[in-house]
Amino acid sequence: MARLVFTQQLRRFTLTPEIDSPAATLREALDSAFAANPQLRGYVLDEQGHLRRHVTIFIDGLRLRDRERLDDALSPTSEIYVMQALTGG
Amino acid sequence: MTDRAWVATRKGLFELVANGTGWRLGRASFLGEPVSMVLPGAADRPMLAALNLGHFGVKCHASDDGGTSWREVATPAYPEQPRDVEGDVPWKLVQIWSLAGSGGTIWAGTLPGGLFRSTDGGASWQLVESLWRRPERREWFGGGYDVPGIHSICLDPRDADRMVIGVSCGGAWRTADGGATWELAAEGMLADYLPPEQASYQNTQDAHRIERCAGAPDVLWCQHHCGIWRSTDNGTLWHRIHAPLSSFGFAVAVHPQDPQTAWFAPAIADQCRVPVAAALAINRTHDGGQTFETLRAGLPQTDCYDLVYRHCLQVGGDGRTLLMGSTTGNLWASRDAGESWNCLSTTLPPILAIRFDGGT
Repeated sequence: MARLVFTQQLRRFTLTPEIDSPAATLREALDSAFAANPQLRGYVLDEQGHLRRHVTIFIDGLRLRDRERLDDALSPTSEIYVMQALTGG
Repeated sequence: MTDRAWVATRKGLFELVANGTGWRLGRASFLGEPVSMVLPGAADRPMLAALNLGHFGVKCHASDDGGTSWREVATPAYPEQPRDVEGDVPWKLVQIWSLAGSGGTIWAGTLPGGLFRSTDGGASWQLVESLWRRPERREWFGGGYDVPGIHSICLDPRDADRMVIGVSCGGAWRTADGGATWELAAEGMLADYLPPEQASYQNTQDAHRIERCAGAPDVLWCQHHCGIWRSTDNGTLWHRIHAPLSSFGFAVAVHPQDPQTAWFAPAIADQCRVPVAAALAINRTHDGGQTFETLRAGLPQTDCYDLVYRHCLQVGGDGRTLLMGSTTGNLWASRDAGESWNCLSTTLPPILAIRFDGGT
């Protein structure tokens, strides 16, 4: 089962479930988290379903390939980290 | 009401409470988060705060108890963007730039140029498609931002179906049927940042801020990128006005009853957005812009580089109480129509908007 972990920064705003998912792609895994907390979707994705500009995702240590398609393949042991970029001030 | 107001800043929303003849800062909400706009509540709608989280997008929060407690509500969202249309802005909410309320209806003006309506206190929002689908909308461009935006929503107290909106840079538009149909309302404005043959083109005027006189609703004032304009016929025709020091600025405050009286916060010019001679001043007219007084008492007159952004000069319902905030985080108040000012704080975050309680 792929494991999905969200940055602690999101916990200020909404619940961030840690998900173990049988998903085969990144988007499917994210959808399983959004099913557990629908409010989380708008914090991670914009209304076009793209990853927000200042959010990034690492899969097994590598940054995701496509911020719009979110179609990276997952393995049953994948670890996915949803992180915020270091911006702001 | 002029005994409570709200200061939306780059790092939180601050309550301002009348304290005798002065003011004191009250509760802070959303500390650390950018609050781009706030709409005080009314009998049939909650108070709303629009956040622009740096990483996690725009969010709306509502309060039913005057800002004591908040709950997240829906955020305006653009529909799925057609893939076969090139050259359009991304259909993604960038910022809520203006909020206005009329009875139980809330209007939200946004970057990248969509107007939204909620009739359930922010629980859901509907894009005003009739404006968004106008072909002219594709000609709008950003002024200070990458994308255009609606910064002014001037409701008409006589008729909830009538409003004028200001767009940067997309001129002024008006509706008389609750947003079902729209027409340009920027004739007379001039843009010297465009080639000469396009200078009077209504659809790309950079209105920085438009305000309506509630007591004489056909009168509108506009602080434009290239100067000051005024209309006495609900935006059918705009007349240019020249102010002392500089006619450049972002904000205009309009007297709630007297259509001849307005206040402006001049800056040197678009390429140098600081007070003239490093001394902060307010221009006030009592005769519709024919003449101005330049008011300085209580405002810093040396080494001052404060800019008063478009939503940061506000007059209360009494026509005498004024609040002004700057991008430097300074906050001033006047109780005598701008004759004299008191500094309330020099240490706030950059101020993005000020609203009196009870305003629309």
